[in-house]
Amino acid sequence: MSVTREEVAKIASLARISMDDDALDHMVPELNNILAWVEQLGEVDTTSVEPMAAVIPLEQRLRDDVVDADPKTGGGRRDDILANAPVAEHGFFGVPKVIE
Amino acid sequence: MTDFTQMGLKAIREGVAAGDFTAREVAEAHNDAVAAASELNAFIVATPDHALAAADKVDADRAAGKELGPMAGVPIGMKDLFATKGVQSTAASHILEGFVPPYESTVSQNLWDAGAGMLGKLNMDQFAMGSSNETSYFGNVKSPWRKNGSNAAMTPGGSSGGSSAAVAARLCPAATGTDTGGSIRQPAAVTGITGIKPTYGRCSRWGVVAFASSLDQAGPMARSVEDCAIMLGAMAGFDPKDSTSIDAPVPDWAAALDADLSGKTIGIPREYHMDGIDPQIEASWEQGKEWLRDAGAKVVEISLPHTKYALPAYYIIAPAEASSNLARYDGVRYGLRDLPEGSGLQDMYAATRAEGFGDEVKRRILIGTYVLSAGFYDAYYTQAQKVRTLVQRDFTEAFAQVDAILAPTTPNAAFALGEMQDDPLAMYLNDVFAVPASLAGLPAMSVPATLTQDGLPLGLQIVGKPMDEQGVLNAGLAIEQRAGFTAQPEKWW
Repeated sequence: MSVTREEVAKIASLARISMDDDALDHMVPELNNILAWVEQLGEVDTTSVEPMAAVIPLEQRLRDDVVDADPKTGGGRRDDILANAPVAEHGFFGVPKVIE
Repeated sequence: MTDFTQMGLKAIREGVAAGDFTAREVAEAHNDAVAAASELNAFIVATPDHALAAADKVDADRAAGKELGPMAGVPIGMKDLFATKGVQSTAASHILEGFVPPYESTVSQNLWDAGAGMLGKLNMDQFAMGSSNETSYFGNVKSPWRKNGSNAAMTPGGSSGGSSAAVAARLCPAATGTDTGGSIRQPAAVTGITGIKPTYGRCSRWGVVAFASSLDQAGPMARSVEDCAIMLGAMAGFDPKDSTSIDAPVPDWAAALDADLSGKTIGIPREYHMDGIDPQIEASWEQGKEWLRDAGAKVVEISLPHTKYALPAYYIIAPAEASSNLARYDGVRYGLRDLPEGSGLQDMYAATRAEGFGDEVKRRILIGTYVLSAGFYDAYYTQAQKVRTLVQRDFTEAFAQVDAILAPTTPNAAFALGEMQDDPLAMYLNDVFAVPASLAGLPAMSVPATLTQDGLPLGLQIVGKPMDEQGVLNAGLAIEQRAGFTAQPEKWW
């Protein structure tokens, strides 16, 4: 399977990466090379093979149902969380206007 | 006067503990070496004060008669993929330039708790995507190694290329690396050092910038098997903050090291004899078998039938996970924001990501987005995950007969920077021997074996059973003792 320029533009838009004509011209053949190469996976008979879900046997752990069970991942760290924001105002992340 | 930069991790720790020298002297010598090696571009930022503060604490603890940790007095390099509190952490990307974490990753915290200090944040391939350290936003890392009779700049491997260059150039006795599809083992091999990727889940991923979460594992890179064993012991351990962390005790690997392989069987996978491999790699592999036999092991041929499909499966699975993980970089919460005049939220996302990600990162995000998109998900992603099951099954069946597997680490020695840049596929092939163990979550290490005719290092790889880091380290030690690899790059920087 190969991708067209329009399809790459669509993928880029889904991935929220803006690409100009020049960038698309470069990317289309590169993606097609890679896709042509991974195509060989189609040769493998995977009838009755389960797709891997976890590489090690895992048991889901639940944390205690209390506030701040682990202070490092718990609440009350607003200033830490906003410290690296490009724009922070009034204790919130600032973004361009999204509602007219 | 002692040249502290020639000493390994264990020798430094023991010298500090015995009072032969102070941790501060060791930290100062390494800070000077880092400062004098800017030509290698191994560090994105140097943190001499962090190294000195940690050293002073160790010296004070010793004077007070307190017990010292297993890394006490050892200054190390920290790959820039680890979040370090108060110190810029970028994953070598523009989009995270200036990001200063308000928290410390579990692995780095474990190392500081064990008495280590930080010399700086090490350069790497951007978001750990690359095998040559040419995708960093902060410029290529140059290997301290050069071909005989040439001044051409060589790759230190990748993605942990700053780590490998710094350890090989004696800027630090050890460094952290991370390995998603060979990013510890390949750079270790091409720079003549030692590195181990433990079983998936041994080292916490908490605070490590995520690339492909089902594959990412941290591990040590150092100049001996024993130093790796000590440092891995300090890094590993159960972490409730990582949902894939293994809840099992960490054995004392260093104390149990044993190069006697009597009664052990080592497998040689026949599918790893591939067309186009450098004959010198084949020869070093032959030599490796001899060394392991000499150590008492029985060497047998095994088959890992799906080897050929591991790399293409990896290049669906890893980009798929990356496209999802890297969705978080949107110009809102941290890092770069590019807001073109008069544009809205969606335009801001697209402009920020276009500006903030390098070419290889974009390529992988697009591949990942494509293979996860409606209509293609089953043909690509589900099929790749089924192949991954088969790759793991191959190993499980092989480990019914053998205790560990010996293979080359890389299909070639280091290449010149720029040599492979125009061909992403050729670059991916660097990890052809490393990726299968990653897909199966297995512990695997690279140990220096020999030099090529051009004077460049080659490594041998040991792959072990799940949770059997000890078996991997023991076989690695047997090779190390017989290889007698003492070569180091001639200083030109």
